[in-house]
Amino acid sequence: MNPKQADKLATGVLYTVAGIIIVILASLLGFILFQGLPHVSWHFLTSPASTFEAGGGIGIQLFNSFYLLLLAMVISVPIAIGAGIYLAEYAKKNWITDLIRTSIEILSSLPSVVVGLFGFLVFVLQFKMGFSILSGALALTVFNLPLLTRNVEDSLRQIHFTQREAGLALGLSRWETVVHVVIPEALPGIITGMILGAGRVFGEAAALIYTAGQSAPALDFTNWNPLNIASPLNIFRPAETLAVHIWKINSEGIQPDAAAVSAGASAVLILAVLLFNLVARYAGNRLYKKMTAS
Amino acid sequence: MDPIREAMLKRSRSAKLERRGRLISLFCIGLIVVIVAGIFYFVASKGLATFFSDGVNLWDFLTHSVWSPGVKDAHGSPQVGALPMIVGSFGVTFLSAIIATPFAVGAAVFMTEISPKVGRKILQPVIELLVGIPSVVYGFIGLSVVVPFIRSIFGGTGFGILAGTFVLFVMILPTVTSMAVDALRAVPSHYRSASLALGATRWQTTWRVVLRAATPGILTGIVFGMARAFGEALAVQMVIGNAALLPNNLVSPASTLTSVLTSGIGNTVMGSLENNALWSLALLLLLMSLFFNIMIRWIGKKGELK
Repeated sequence: MNPKQADKLATGVLYTVAGIIIVILASLLGFILFQGLPHVSWHFLTSPASTFEAGGGIGIQLFNSFYLLLLAMVISVPIAIGAGIYLAEYAKKNWITDLIRTSIEILSSLPSVVVGLFGFLVFVLQFKMGFSILSGALALTVFNLPLLTRNVEDSLRQIHFTQREAGLALGLSRWETVVHVVIPEALPGIITGMILGAGRVFGEAAALIYTAGQSAPALDFTNWNPLNIASPLNIFRPAETLAVHIWKINSEGIQPDAAAVSAGASAVLILAVLLFNLVARYAGNRLYKKMTAS
Repeated sequence: MDPIREAMLKRSRSAKLERRGRLISLFCIGLIVVIVAGIFYFVASKGLATFFSDGVNLWDFLTHSVWSPGVKDAHGSPQVGALPMIVGSFGVTFLSAIIATPFAVGAAVFMTEISPKVGRKILQPVIELLVGIPSVVYGFIGLSVVVPFIRSIFGGTGFGILAGTFVLFVMILPTVTSMAVDALRAVPSHYRSASLALGATRWQTTWRVVLRAATPGILTGIVFGMARAFGEALAVQMVIGNAALLPNNLVSPASTLTSVLTSGIGNTVMGSLENNALWSLALLLLLMSLFFNIMIRWIGKKGELK
């Protein structure tokens, strides 16, 4: 076989490989959406799940997912920004910084089930929070922090050093330069990373089954007193999320329509992730245009 | 004291702010380090208790294949042989990586060398989306498509290492592909020009020059995929069958470290041997993820020298 023929053959093979992958991926997405979307209705999205009969919805799980996401972001974003500022602006090149970087890398590569077990041991048992939204949010924070921190650091590092010098030359302290000059310019990147991180957190289940729990007690959506156990705002109630719900009904569920419910819930989950992706792109571009001169 | 002298000697508002800001950021980074140390401390202290306070032999733990922590064997020591789970975890990890690698590298070459336009416009966004799909969704698809399919071909229950491999293959494919694409894009274009100018065909250039130059990056991607596959819990747990037995073949029910952990930890009493044995599995998982991490660094360093 001469090189020309080999080239043709290889090109053909690569086209086939790319074709196969596109087919796999397309059928994956198509399967979820075509199987799931027919089950998605207003009733499905708002009614509580049923344990024994068909016709249950995912209302409480959906609310729990968003509430948990919100709490986890509220806790993790400030920490990640602080840590990212330290790494990008203050860290010197020495072994301590190396150690910090290594530990962040390790944390980001930990299996999420290990994070979940750590949360179970520390938040649920040691701090006696029980299976609660708070435990879940803290576990998700641990899960989310390394990626967010790296994202903040990368975004800050992309800002040109002349911007910092300009700030310092105006007599601002380093901290003031960071807060008033560098962060506003890095904000679009930071926000894009946060939304993508939110998508990741939204679908996470392994870190939650032993922290936020696997049960979704009935909620009273007219009760907004955060201290009442039936209130949706209560952070000490167990809260099964959408992703956990899919796992739960598939591995131990006894509903007759488990397949239908999980197909619908999967479709909702995928659409949410898709939405996070689109919003991240759009918001990033939009903010960048708005906040910078370009 | 005159006000000027006072202003000169006192810390300015700015300096105070700077100090406070620095402390806040230091506190945040310190918190992360403490969390990492905490994870290691707690998991290790629980996981090592099996060997130190319950007197299980480490070698027996790694090589025996009977997992029933509640039962004692003839010598009066508890039967905690983690071999079935270790075999299961490594089995699905390696098999899925072996299947995913040619596909991922092929797709990456297609996207960078053959048809960059289609690659950027169609494949890239789809792959980015797939990286973000939650693992339970993969598990659900495995359960409703892959398992029945295997059942209809090979008989049996359909649960097993093969089903786990398929699910993980699809799961790590986007991860490995996007990292391979990054590695190929990082190869300077004058490498390609030089090779083409020598009269090499596109395939010769790709095979002998571009792929060679991108090897460290591609390897990193594969190890990343393996680390993800090894640590994946729920998707695998849903399709592997969860029988803590040494698998006879690829289609008999098996288990992985993660699947035993997810299904077992809630059903055991804290501090009991059954529970400690599970924590030992978690420790093993932690050490393996550390190992993958070291490997990625090592590949990175090796790649740098060239």
